[in-house]
Amino acid sequence: MKPILLKNQFNPEAYKVESYVAGGGYESLKKAFTMKPDDIIQLVKDSGLRGRGGAGFPTGLKWSFIPKDPTMQKYLACNADEGEPGTFKDRGIINNDPHLLIEGMTIASFAFGASVSYIYIRGEFVFGARRLEAAIAEAYEKGFLGENIMGSGFSHDMYVHCGAGAYICGEETALIDSLEGRRGTPRIKPPFPAIEGLNSKPTVINNVETLSTVPSIIKNGAKWFAGIGPEKCPGPKIYGVSGHVQKPGLYELPMGTPIREIIFNHAGGIKGGTFKAAIPGGITAPMLVEKDLDTRMDFDSLAAKQSMLGSGGVIVMNNSTCMVKVALITNRFFSHESCGKCTPCREGTTWITQILKRMEDGEGRPGDTAEIERLCGMIFGRTFCPLGDGATMAIRGNLAHFRDEFIYHEEHGRCKV
Amino acid sequence: MLTEEAKKAIKEVMKRYKTKRAAVMPALTIAQDDVREVTAEDMLEIAEMLEIQPVIVNEVAKFYTMYNVQRKVGKYHIEVCHNISCNLLQAERIIAHIENRLNIKVGGTTTDGKFTLSTAECLGSCGTAPMMQINDTYYEDLTETKVNDILATLKSRD
Repeated sequence: MKPILLKNQFNPEAYKVESYVAGGGYESLKKAFTMKPDDIIQLVKDSGLRGRGGAGFPTGLKWSFIPKDPTMQKYLACNADEGEPGTFKDRGIINNDPHLLIEGMTIASFAFGASVSYIYIRGEFVFGARRLEAAIAEAYEKGFLGENIMGSGFSHDMYVHCGAGAYICGEETALIDSLEGRRGTPRIKPPFPAIEGLNSKPTVINNVETLSTVPSIIKNGAKWFAGIGPEKCPGPKIYGVSGHVQKPGLYELPMGTPIREIIFNHAGGIKGGTFKAAIPGGITAPMLVEKDLDTRMDFDSLAAKQSMLGSGGVIVMNNSTCMVKVALITNRFFSHESCGKCTPCREGTTWITQILKRMEDGEGRPGDTAEIERLCGMIFGRTFCPLGDGATMAIRGNLAHFRDEFIYHEEHGRCKV
Repeated sequence: MLTEEAKKAIKEVMKRYKTKRAAVMPALTIAQDDVREVTAEDMLEIAEMLEIQPVIVNEVAKFYTMYNVQRKVGKYHIEVCHNISCNLLQAERIIAHIENRLNIKVGGTTTDGKFTLSTAECLGSCGTAPMMQINDTYYEDLTETKVNDILATLKSRD
Protein backbone atom coordinates (compact mmCIF):
# COMPACT_ATOMS: atom_id res chain seq x y z
CA MET A 1 0.00 0.00 0.00
CA LYS A 2 1.25 3.47 -0.87
CA PRO A 3 1.57 5.36 2.40
CA ILE A 4 -0.96 8.13 3.00
CA LEU A 5 -0.22 9.26 6.53
CA LEU A 6 3.46 8.42 6.60
CA LYS A 7 4.30 9.47 3.06
CA ASN A 8 6.54 12.25 4.35
CA GLN A 9 8.25 10.35 7.17
CA PHE A 10 11.60 10.33 5.44
CA ASN A 11 11.34 13.69 3.75
CA PRO A 12 13.24 16.07 6.02
CA GLU A 13 11.77 19.11 4.28
CA ALA A 14 8.12 18.05 4.46
CA TYR A 15 7.36 20.04 7.57
CA LYS A 16 7.70 23.31 5.64
CA VAL A 17 4.59 24.72 4.06
CA GLU A 18 6.19 25.19 0.63
CA SER A 19 7.16 21.55 0.50
CA TYR A 20 3.74 20.43 1.69
CA VAL A 21 1.96 22.57 -0.90
CA ALA A 22 4.31 21.36 -3.65
CA GLY A 23 3.22 17.82 -2.82
CA GLY A 24 -0.43 18.69 -3.31
CA GLY A 25 -1.02 19.89 0.24
CA TYR A 26 -4.02 22.10 1.07
CA GLU A 27 -5.69 21.00 -2.19
CA SER A 28 -8.16 18.98 -0.12
CA LEU A 29 -8.99 22.04 1.92
CA LYS A 30 -9.61 23.95 -1.30
CA LYS A 31 -11.85 21.14 -2.51
CA ALA A 32 -13.68 21.02 0.83
CA PHE A 33 -14.64 24.67 0.46
CA THR A 34 -16.47 23.80 -2.76
CA MET A 35 -18.62 21.34 -0.79
CA LYS A 36 -21.46 21.93 1.65
CA PRO A 37 -20.36 21.31 5.28
CA ASP A 38 -23.06 18.66 5.71
CA ASP A 39 -21.84 16.88 2.59
CA ILE A 40 -18.36 16.66 4.09
CA ILE A 41 -19.79 15.06 7.22
CA GLN A 42 -21.75 12.63 5.03
CA LEU A 43 -18.63 11.82 3.03
CA VAL A 44 -16.67 11.02 6.18
CA LYS A 45 -19.60 8.91 7.41
CA ASP A 46 -19.72 7.05 4.11
CA SER A 47 -15.98 6.43 4.20
CA GLY A 48 -16.39 4.41 7.39
CA LEU A 49 -13.54 6.23 9.15
CA ARG A 50 -13.38 5.25 12.81
CA GLY A 51 -11.43 7.14 15.48
CA ARG A 52 -7.79 6.15 15.61
CA GLY A 53 -7.22 7.19 19.22
CA GLY A 54 -8.40 3.85 20.51
CA ALA A 55 -12.16 3.82 20.89
CA GLY A 56 -12.94 3.38 17.19
CA PHE A 57 -16.01 5.59 17.25
CA PRO A 58 -17.28 6.55 13.75
CA THR A 59 -15.79 9.99 13.05
CA GLY A 60 -18.52 11.32 10.75
CA LEU A 61 -21.16 10.33 13.27
CA LYS A 62 -19.30 12.17 16.03
CA TRP A 63 -19.21 15.31 13.88
CA SER A 64 -22.92 15.02 13.13
CA PHE A 65 -23.76 15.27 16.87
CA ILE A 66 -22.64 18.90 16.89
CA PRO A 67 -25.67 21.23 16.92
CA LYS A 68 -26.32 22.95 13.60
CA ASP A 69 -27.03 26.39 15.08
CA PRO A 70 -24.56 28.67 13.21
CA THR A 71 -24.62 31.34 15.94
CA MET A 72 -23.28 28.92 18.53
CA GLN A 73 -19.56 28.79 19.40
CA LYS A 74 -18.09 25.35 18.64
CA TYR A 75 -14.63 23.91 19.14
CA LEU A 76 -12.38 21.23 17.80
CA ALA A 77 -9.76 19.76 20.12
CA CYS A 78 -7.14 17.54 18.59
CA ASN A 79 -5.99 14.89 21.01
CA ALA A 80 -2.22 14.76 20.68
CA ASP A 81 -1.69 13.67 24.28
CA GLU A 82 -0.10 10.48 22.99
CA GLY A 83 0.73 8.65 26.19
CA GLU A 84 -0.42 5.05 25.97
CA PRO A 85 2.79 3.04 26.43
CA GLY A 86 3.75 1.44 23.14
CA THR A 87 2.25 4.28 21.10
CA PHE A 88 4.34 6.70 19.08
CA LYS A 89 2.39 7.17 15.84
CA ASP A 90 1.04 10.69 16.34
CA ARG A 91 4.52 11.95 17.09
CA GLY A 92 5.54 10.68 13.65
CA ILE A 93 2.87 12.80 11.96
CA ILE A 94 3.41 15.89 14.13
CA ASN A 95 7.20 15.95 13.75
CA ASN A 96 7.39 15.16 10.06
CA ASP A 97 4.14 16.29 8.48
CA PRO A 98 2.50 18.93 10.70
CA HIS A 99 0.58 20.55 7.84
CA LEU A 100 -1.25 17.29 7.15
CA LEU A 101 -2.77 17.55 10.63
CA ILE A 102 -3.48 21.27 10.27
CA GLU A 103 -5.23 20.69 6.94
CA GLY A 104 -7.32 17.85 8.38
CA MET A 105 -8.27 19.97 11.37
CA THR A 106 -9.30 22.91 9.23
CA ILE A 107 -11.48 20.70 7.03
CA ALA A 108 -13.09 19.11 10.10
CA SER A 109 -13.69 22.53 11.66
CA PHE A 110 -15.33 23.76 8.46
CA ALA A 111 -17.56 20.67 8.36
CA PHE A 112 -19.13 21.20 11.77
CA GLY A 113 -18.57 24.93 12.11
CA ALA A 114 -15.80 25.28 14.70
CA SER A 115 -14.18 28.69 14.65
CA VAL A 116 -11.42 27.77 17.08
CA SER A 117 -9.37 24.63 17.50
CA TYR A 118 -6.71 23.53 19.95
CA ILE A 119 -4.05 20.88 19.57
CA TYR A 120 -3.60 19.34 23.00
CA ILE A 121 -0.09 17.96 22.79
CA ARG A 122 1.65 16.16 25.63
CA GLY A 123 4.15 18.42 27.36
CA GLU A 124 7.14 16.17 26.73
CA PHE A 125 6.78 16.64 22.96
CA VAL A 126 8.58 19.99 23.04
CA PHE A 127 10.01 19.48 19.57
CA GLY A 128 6.57 18.59 18.17
CA ALA A 129 4.89 21.54 19.86
CA ARG A 130 7.45 23.95 18.43
CA ARG A 131 7.10 22.39 15.02
CA LEU A 132 3.32 22.75 15.16
CA GLU A 133 3.57 26.36 16.32
CA ALA A 134 5.85 27.13 13.39
CA ALA A 135 3.59 25.29 10.93
CA ILE A 136 0.51 27.11 12.23
CA ALA A 137 2.30 30.44 11.79
CA GLU A 138 3.14 29.45 8.21
CA ALA A 139 -0.46 28.44 7.56
CA TYR A 140 -1.67 31.84 8.77
CA GLU A 141 0.85 33.55 6.56
CA LYS A 142 -0.29 31.59 3.49
CA GLY A 143 -3.93 32.16 4.27
CA PHE A 144 -4.78 28.56 5.22
CA LEU A 145 -5.80 29.76 8.68
CA GLY A 146 -7.25 33.02 9.94
CA GLU A 147 -9.92 35.25 8.42
CA ASN A 148 -11.84 34.22 5.32
CA ILE A 149 -9.65 31.26 4.38
CA MET A 150 -9.11 31.02 0.60
CA GLY A 151 -12.00 33.41 0.10
CA SER A 152 -14.44 30.82 1.44
CA GLY A 153 -15.95 33.09 4.06
CA PHE A 154 -14.87 30.57 6.70
CA SER A 155 -12.58 31.86 9.45
CA HIS A 156 -10.63 29.71 11.83
CA ASP A 157 -8.04 30.11 14.57
CA MET A 158 -5.78 27.30 15.72
CA TYR A 159 -3.63 27.08 18.85
CA VAL A 160 -1.27 24.62 20.48
CA HIS A 161 -1.86 23.79 24.14
CA CYS A 162 0.87 21.83 25.90
CA GLY A 163 0.05 19.29 28.57
CA ALA A 164 2.44 18.75 31.44
CA GLY A 165 2.78 15.05 32.10
CA ALA A 166 -0.60 13.50 32.80
CA TYR A 167 -1.68 10.40 30.86
CA ILE A 168 -5.26 10.90 32.00
CA CYS A 169 -5.55 14.05 29.87
CA GLY A 170 -5.85 11.76 26.85
CA GLU A 171 -9.33 10.95 28.17
CA GLU A 172 -11.52 13.46 26.36
CA THR A 173 -13.29 15.07 29.30
CA ALA A 174 -10.06 15.29 31.32
CA LEU A 175 -8.50 16.88 28.24
CA ILE A 176 -11.23 19.52 28.28
CA ASP A 177 -10.69 20.18 31.97
CA SER A 178 -7.00 20.59 31.34
CA LEU A 179 -7.68 22.97 28.42
CA GLU A 180 -9.78 25.06 30.78
CA GLY A 181 -6.88 25.36 33.22
CA ARG A 182 -7.89 22.70 35.70
CA ARG A 183 -6.51 19.46 37.05
CA GLY A 184 -7.13 16.86 34.36
CA THR A 185 -9.83 14.73 35.92
CA PRO A 186 -12.60 13.08 33.91
CA ARG A 187 -16.13 14.44 33.95
CA ILE A 188 -19.29 12.41 34.10
CA LYS A 189 -21.05 11.78 30.77
CA PRO A 190 -23.65 12.86 29.73
CA PRO A 191 -23.49 15.64 28.84
CA PHE A 192 -21.17 14.51 26.07
CA PRO A 193 -18.60 16.98 24.74
CA ALA A 194 -20.54 17.31 21.47
CA ILE A 195 -23.22 19.08 23.50
CA GLU A 196 -21.25 20.54 26.38
CA GLY A 197 -17.48 20.43 25.98
CA LEU A 198 -14.85 23.14 26.15
CA ASN A 199 -16.19 26.27 27.89
CA SER A 200 -19.53 24.41 28.00
CA LYS A 201 -19.80 24.66 24.21
CA PRO A 202 -20.15 21.84 21.66
CA THR A 203 -16.72 20.30 21.11
CA VAL A 204 -15.35 17.50 18.98
CA ILE A 205 -12.26 15.69 20.23
CA ASN A 206 -10.42 13.70 17.57
CA ASN A 207 -7.07 11.96 17.55
CA VAL A 208 -4.14 13.21 15.43
CA GLU A 209 -4.19 10.19 13.12
CA THR A 210 -7.96 10.46 12.61
CA LEU A 211 -7.77 14.12 11.60
CA SER A 212 -4.73 13.52 9.40
CA THR A 213 -6.73 10.92 7.48
CA VAL A 214 -9.40 13.44 6.50
CA PRO A 215 -7.56 15.24 3.63
CA SER A 216 -7.08 11.93 1.78
CA ILE A 217 -10.79 11.12 2.08
CA ILE A 218 -11.71 14.51 0.64
CA LYS A 219 -9.21 14.01 -2.16
CA ASN A 220 -9.94 10.40 -3.10
CA GLY A 221 -13.51 9.94 -1.96
CA ALA A 222 -15.36 7.69 0.47
CA LYS A 223 -15.38 4.70 -1.87
CA TRP A 224 -11.62 4.65 -2.16
CA PHE A 225 -11.24 4.76 1.60
CA ALA A 226 -13.91 2.15 2.26
CA GLY A 227 -12.15 -0.16 -0.18
CA ILE A 228 -9.02 -0.41 1.99
CA GLY A 229 -9.16 -3.13 4.65
CA PRO A 230 -12.25 -4.59 6.31
CA GLU A 231 -15.72 -3.32 5.49
CA LYS A 232 -16.61 -2.28 9.05
CA CYS A 233 -13.42 -0.40 9.86
CA PRO A 234 -11.60 0.47 6.67
CA GLY A 235 -8.70 2.70 5.80
CA PRO A 236 -4.96 2.95 6.26
CA LYS A 237 -3.68 2.47 9.80
CA ILE A 238 -0.37 3.27 11.42
CA TYR A 239 0.95 0.40 13.49
CA GLY A 240 3.81 1.16 15.85
CA VAL A 241 5.93 -1.85 16.68
CA SER A 242 8.28 -1.86 19.66
CA GLY A 243 9.96 -4.28 22.05
CA HIS A 244 11.73 -7.47 21.00
CA VAL A 245 11.64 -7.09 17.23
CA GLN A 246 14.41 -6.66 14.68
CA LYS A 247 13.02 -3.52 13.10
CA PRO A 248 10.91 -1.48 15.51
CA GLY A 249 9.12 1.50 14.02
CA LEU A 250 5.98 2.81 12.36
CA TYR A 251 4.29 0.84 9.59
CA GLU A 252 1.32 2.17 7.67
CA LEU A 253 -0.71 -0.76 6.38
CA PRO A 254 -4.30 -1.50 5.49
CA MET A 255 -6.47 -1.79 8.59
CA GLY A 256 -6.92 -5.46 9.40
CA THR A 257 -3.41 -6.62 8.53
CA PRO A 258 -2.75 -9.81 10.56
CA ILE A 259 -0.49 -9.26 13.55
CA ARG A 260 1.79 -12.07 12.34
CA GLU A 261 2.48 -10.16 9.14
CA ILE A 262 3.18 -6.95 11.06
CA ILE A 263 5.64 -8.58 13.47
CA PHE A 264 7.35 -11.06 11.18
CA ASN A 265 7.26 -9.44 7.74
CA HIS A 266 7.37 -5.73 8.43
CA ALA A 267 9.14 -5.54 11.78
CA GLY A 268 11.60 -8.26 10.79
CA GLY A 269 10.64 -10.89 13.37
CA ILE A 270 11.69 -11.53 16.93
CA LYS A 271 14.90 -10.22 18.45
CA GLY A 272 16.86 -12.34 20.91
CA GLY A 273 14.70 -15.44 21.19
CA THR A 274 11.34 -16.76 20.16
CA PHE A 275 7.90 -15.16 20.24
CA LYS A 276 6.15 -15.26 23.59
CA ALA A 277 3.37 -12.66 23.53
CA ALA A 278 2.35 -9.34 22.02
CA ILE A 279 0.26 -6.50 23.31
CA PRO A 280 -1.65 -5.32 20.23
CA GLY A 281 -2.74 -1.76 21.00
CA GLY A 282 -0.88 -0.05 23.81
CA ILE A 283 -0.46 -1.62 27.25
CA THR A 284 -4.15 -1.54 28.10
CA ALA A 285 -4.94 -4.07 25.37
CA PRO A 286 -5.00 -7.70 26.60
CA MET A 287 -2.13 -9.81 25.28
CA LEU A 288 -2.12 -12.13 22.31
CA VAL A 289 -0.12 -15.36 22.25
CA GLU A 290 1.19 -17.68 19.53
CA LYS A 291 -2.20 -19.17 18.67
CA ASP A 292 -3.66 -15.69 18.12
CA LEU A 293 -1.07 -14.54 15.61
CA ASP A 294 -3.40 -14.73 12.64
CA THR A 295 -5.75 -12.22 14.24
CA ARG A 296 -6.43 -9.25 12.04
CA MET A 297 -5.44 -5.92 13.52
CA ASP A 298 -8.73 -4.06 13.40
CA PHE A 299 -11.28 -2.96 15.98
CA ASP A 300 -13.74 -5.82 15.48
CA SER A 301 -11.32 -8.73 15.01
CA LEU A 302 -9.43 -7.86 18.17
CA ALA A 303 -12.61 -7.29 20.14
CA ALA A 304 -13.65 -10.80 19.13
CA LYS A 305 -10.43 -12.02 20.78
CA GLN A 306 -11.31 -10.14 23.99
CA SER A 307 -8.55 -7.69 23.22
CA MET A 308 -8.59 -4.34 21.45
CA LEU A 309 -6.92 -2.40 18.69
CA GLY A 310 -6.50 0.64 20.90
CA SER A 311 -3.84 2.85 19.40
CA GLY A 312 -2.29 0.11 17.27
CA GLY A 313 0.91 0.20 19.31
CA VAL A 314 2.20 -3.38 19.17
CA ILE A 315 4.58 -4.37 21.97
CA VAL A 316 6.37 -7.64 21.27
CA MET A 317 7.92 -9.85 23.96
CA ASN A 318 10.30 -12.76 23.48
CA ASN A 319 10.60 -15.89 25.57
CA SER A 320 13.04 -14.31 28.03
CA THR A 321 10.32 -11.95 29.30
CA CYS A 322 9.02 -12.38 32.84
CA MET A 323 5.30 -11.74 32.82
CA VAL A 324 5.18 -10.78 36.50
CA LYS A 325 7.60 -8.02 35.70
CA VAL A 326 5.49 -6.94 32.72
CA ALA A 327 2.49 -6.81 35.05
CA LEU A 328 4.47 -4.78 37.58
CA ILE A 329 5.60 -2.21 35.00
CA THR A 330 2.08 -1.98 33.59
CA ASN A 331 0.42 -1.52 36.95
CA ARG A 332 3.03 0.86 38.24
CA PHE A 333 2.16 3.00 35.22
CA PHE A 334 -1.58 2.97 35.91
CA SER A 335 -1.04 3.64 39.58
CA HIS A 336 1.25 6.56 38.74
CA GLU A 337 -1.22 7.97 36.22
CA SER A 338 -4.44 7.47 38.17
CA CYS A 339 -5.81 10.97 38.66
CA GLY A 340 -7.03 10.07 42.13
CA LYS A 341 -10.67 10.96 41.59
CA CYS A 342 -12.08 7.45 42.13
CA THR A 343 -11.09 5.35 45.11
CA PRO A 344 -11.17 1.94 43.37
CA CYS A 345 -8.69 3.08 40.72
CA ARG A 346 -6.48 5.19 42.99
CA GLU A 347 -6.21 2.64 45.81
CA GLY A 348 -6.66 -0.51 43.75
CA THR A 349 -3.88 0.11 41.24
CA THR A 350 -1.52 1.14 44.06
CA TRP A 351 -2.35 -1.98 46.06
CA ILE A 352 -1.87 -4.30 43.06
CA THR A 353 1.46 -2.62 42.32
CA GLN A 354 2.60 -3.24 45.91
CA ILE A 355 1.73 -6.92 45.64
CA LEU A 356 3.47 -7.27 42.28
CA LYS A 357 6.53 -5.47 43.61
CA ARG A 358 6.95 -7.96 46.44
CA MET A 359 6.34 -10.88 44.09
CA GLU A 360 8.99 -9.53 41.74
CA ASP A 361 11.37 -8.99 44.68
CA GLY A 362 11.04 -12.65 45.66
CA GLU A 363 8.81 -11.98 48.63
CA GLY A 364 5.53 -13.15 47.17
CA ARG A 365 3.06 -14.82 49.51
CA PRO A 366 0.63 -17.67 48.87
CA GLY A 367 -2.61 -16.19 47.62
CA ASP A 368 -1.06 -13.05 46.11
CA THR A 369 -2.28 -13.91 42.61
CA ALA A 370 -5.79 -14.55 43.89
CA GLU A 371 -5.65 -11.26 45.77
CA ILE A 372 -4.73 -9.41 42.57
CA GLU A 373 -7.68 -11.05 40.83
CA ARG A 374 -10.00 -10.04 43.67
CA LEU A 375 -8.78 -6.44 43.49
CA CYS A 376 -9.31 -6.35 39.73
CA GLY A 377 -12.92 -7.26 40.39
CA MET A 378 -13.19 -4.31 42.74
CA ILE A 379 -11.86 -1.85 40.17
CA PHE A 380 -13.43 -2.98 36.91
CA GLY A 381 -16.69 -1.19 36.13
CA ARG A 382 -16.52 0.84 39.34
CA THR A 383 -14.67 3.89 38.12
CA PHE A 384 -15.57 7.11 36.41
CA CYS A 385 -13.37 6.72 33.35
CA PRO A 386 -11.71 3.82 31.52
CA LEU A 387 -8.29 4.16 33.21
CA GLY A 388 -9.19 1.79 36.04
CA ASP A 389 -10.83 -0.65 33.65
CA GLY A 390 -7.74 -0.47 31.46
CA ALA A 391 -5.49 -1.41 34.35
CA THR A 392 -7.55 -4.52 35.07
CA MET A 393 -7.82 -5.47 31.40
CA ALA A 394 -4.06 -5.44 31.09
CA ILE A 395 -3.44 -7.62 34.12
CA ARG A 396 -6.34 -9.98 33.47
CA GLY A 397 -5.11 -10.37 29.88
CA ASN A 398 -1.70 -11.29 31.25
CA LEU A 399 -3.09 -13.74 33.85
CA ALA A 400 -5.30 -15.41 31.24
CA HIS A 401 -2.19 -16.80 29.55
CA PHE A 402 0.56 -16.73 32.16
CA ARG A 403 -1.07 -17.36 35.54
CA ASP A 404 1.41 -20.19 36.17
CA GLU A 405 4.28 -17.69 36.14
CA PHE A 406 2.61 -15.68 38.87
CA ILE A 407 2.04 -18.81 40.99
CA TYR A 408 5.67 -19.79 40.42
CA HIS A 409 6.75 -16.41 41.77
CA GLU A 410 4.53 -16.95 44.82
CA GLU A 411 5.95 -20.39 45.50
CA HIS A 412 9.59 -20.04 44.53
CA GLY A 413 10.29 -16.36 44.96
CA ARG A 414 11.79 -16.10 41.51
CA CYS A 415 11.09 -16.18 37.79
CA LYS A 416 10.07 -19.21 35.86
CA VAL A 417 11.77 -17.90 32.73
CA MET B 1 9.86 35.84 40.63
CA LEU B 2 8.56 36.21 37.10
CA THR B 3 10.77 38.19 34.78
CA GLU B 4 9.30 41.02 32.71
CA GLU B 5 9.81 38.84 29.67
CA ALA B 6 7.87 35.99 31.27
CA LYS B 7 5.03 38.32 32.20
CA LYS B 8 4.85 39.54 28.64
CA ALA B 9 4.78 35.98 27.32
CA ILE B 10 1.98 35.07 29.75
CA LYS B 11 -0.08 38.09 28.66
CA GLU B 12 0.42 37.03 25.06
CA VAL B 13 -0.64 33.41 25.66
CA MET B 14 -3.77 34.54 27.53
CA LYS B 15 -5.18 35.76 24.21
CA ARG B 16 -5.52 32.17 23.04
CA TYR B 17 -8.22 31.31 25.54
CA LYS B 18 -11.71 32.42 26.37
CA THR B 19 -11.05 32.54 30.11
CA LYS B 20 -8.03 33.90 31.94
CA ARG B 21 -7.83 30.78 34.06
CA ALA B 22 -7.24 28.60 30.99
CA ALA B 23 -3.80 30.18 30.63
CA VAL B 24 -2.60 28.70 33.93
CA MET B 25 -0.77 25.77 32.33
CA PRO B 26 1.17 27.77 29.74
CA ALA B 27 1.86 30.36 32.44
CA LEU B 28 3.41 27.69 34.67
CA THR B 29 5.47 26.42 31.75
CA ILE B 30 6.73 29.94 31.06
CA ALA B 31 7.50 30.50 34.75
CA GLN B 32 9.51 27.30 34.89
CA ASP B 33 11.32 27.84 31.63
CA ASP B 34 14.56 29.51 32.64
CA VAL B 35 15.11 28.20 36.16
CA ARG B 36 13.40 24.79 35.88
CA GLU B 37 11.44 25.42 39.04
CA VAL B 38 8.05 26.92 39.89
CA THR B 39 8.40 28.91 43.11
CA ALA B 40 5.68 29.98 45.54
CA GLU B 41 6.27 33.55 44.43
CA ASP B 42 5.74 32.58 40.78
CA MET B 43 2.42 30.99 41.64
CA LEU B 44 1.25 34.10 43.53
CA GLU B 45 2.17 36.30 40.60
CA ILE B 46 0.43 34.00 38.12
CA ALA B 47 -2.68 34.01 40.30
CA GLU B 48 -2.67 37.79 40.29
CA MET B 49 -2.24 37.99 36.52
CA LEU B 50 -4.99 35.48 35.82
CA GLU B 51 -7.25 36.87 38.55
CA ILE B 52 -7.67 33.51 40.27
CA GLN B 53 -6.99 32.27 43.78
CA PRO B 54 -3.37 31.19 44.42
CA VAL B 55 -4.65 27.80 45.61
CA ILE B 56 -6.00 27.14 42.11
CA VAL B 57 -2.61 27.75 40.58
CA ASN B 58 -1.05 25.51 43.20
CA GLU B 59 -3.50 22.64 42.73
CA VAL B 60 -2.98 22.67 38.97
CA ALA B 61 0.80 22.91 39.32
CA LYS B 62 0.90 19.99 41.77
CA PHE B 63 -1.27 17.76 39.57
CA TYR B 64 1.01 17.72 36.53
CA THR B 65 4.34 15.97 36.92
CA MET B 66 6.26 18.25 34.58
CA TYR B 67 6.02 21.25 36.88
CA ASN B 68 8.80 21.23 39.43
CA VAL B 69 6.81 22.90 42.16
CA GLN B 70 9.19 24.24 44.78
CA ARG B 71 11.59 21.52 43.74
CA LYS B 72 15.10 22.28 42.62
CA VAL B 73 16.38 20.12 39.79
CA GLY B 74 19.80 20.14 38.22
CA LYS B 75 20.72 22.17 35.18
CA TYR B 76 20.26 19.03 33.14
CA HIS B 77 17.26 16.97 34.19
CA ILE B 78 17.73 13.43 32.90
CA GLU B 79 14.53 11.44 32.69
CA VAL B 80 14.91 7.86 31.56
CA CYS B 81 11.79 6.09 30.35
CA HIS B 82 11.27 2.88 32.34
CA ASN B 83 7.99 1.78 30.85
CA ILE B 84 7.42 -1.44 28.98
CA SER B 85 9.03 -1.00 25.55
CA CYS B 86 12.14 0.64 27.01
CA ASN B 87 12.28 -1.90 29.83
CA LEU B 88 12.21 -4.81 27.38
CA LEU B 89 15.28 -3.26 25.76
CA GLN B 90 17.29 -2.85 28.96
CA ALA B 91 16.28 0.57 30.25
CA GLU B 92 17.20 -0.65 33.74
CA ARG B 93 20.77 -1.16 32.63
CA ILE B 94 20.86 2.38 31.23
CA ILE B 95 19.51 3.77 34.51
CA ALA B 96 22.08 1.85 36.57
CA HIS B 97 24.81 3.01 34.21
CA ILE B 98 23.87 6.67 34.64
CA GLU B 99 23.67 6.20 38.42
CA ASN B 100 27.23 4.88 38.37
CA ARG B 101 28.59 7.52 36.04
CA LEU B 102 27.10 10.41 37.98
CA ASN B 103 27.37 8.78 41.38
CA ILE B 104 23.75 9.53 42.26
CA LYS B 105 20.62 7.44 42.65
CA VAL B 106 17.31 7.98 40.84
CA GLY B 107 15.77 11.11 42.35
CA GLY B 108 19.13 12.57 43.24
CA THR B 109 21.10 15.57 42.01
CA THR B 110 24.87 15.76 41.61
CA THR B 111 26.64 17.88 44.22
CA ASP B 112 27.58 20.48 41.59
CA GLY B 113 23.88 20.89 40.81
CA LYS B 114 24.41 19.97 37.20
CA PHE B 115 22.45 16.74 36.82
CA THR B 116 19.25 15.34 38.29
CA LEU B 117 18.29 11.77 37.45
CA SER B 118 14.67 10.66 37.31
CA THR B 119 12.70 7.86 35.76
CA ALA B 120 9.71 8.66 33.56
CA GLU B 121 6.67 6.78 32.39
CA CYS B 122 6.30 6.27 28.63
CA LEU B 123 7.59 9.27 26.67
CA GLY B 124 6.04 8.14 23.38
CA SER B 125 9.23 7.09 21.70
CA CYS B 126 8.85 3.31 21.93
CA GLY B 127 10.15 2.55 18.45
CA THR B 128 13.54 4.00 19.38
CA ALA B 129 13.81 2.45 22.85
CA PRO B 130 15.56 2.68 25.19
CA MET B 131 15.40 6.44 25.39
CA MET B 132 15.64 9.39 27.73
CA GLN B 133 14.77 13.04 27.78
CA ILE B 134 17.19 15.68 29.02
CA ASN B 135 15.38 18.98 29.51
CA ASP B 136 13.59 19.48 26.16
CA THR B 137 15.57 17.02 24.08
CA TYR B 138 14.96 13.35 23.33
CA TYR B 139 17.90 10.95 23.13
CA GLU B 140 16.91 7.68 21.48
CA ASP B 141 18.27 4.20 20.71
CA LEU B 142 20.50 4.47 23.77
CA THR B 143 23.52 2.32 24.49
CA GLU B 144 25.94 2.69 27.36
CA THR B 145 28.53 4.18 25.00
CA LYS B 146 26.01 6.67 23.65
CA VAL B 147 25.09 7.69 27.20
CA ASN B 148 28.78 8.26 28.00
CA ASP B 149 29.10 10.57 25.01
CA ILE B 150 25.97 12.53 25.89
CA LEU B 151 27.05 12.98 29.52
CA ALA B 152 30.55 14.01 28.46
CA THR B 153 29.15 16.65 26.12
CA LEU B 154 26.87 18.07 28.79
CA LYS B 155 29.62 18.00 31.42
CA SER B 156 31.87 20.06 29.15
CA ARG B 157 29.19 22.73 28.83
CA ASP B 158 28.83 25.16 31.72
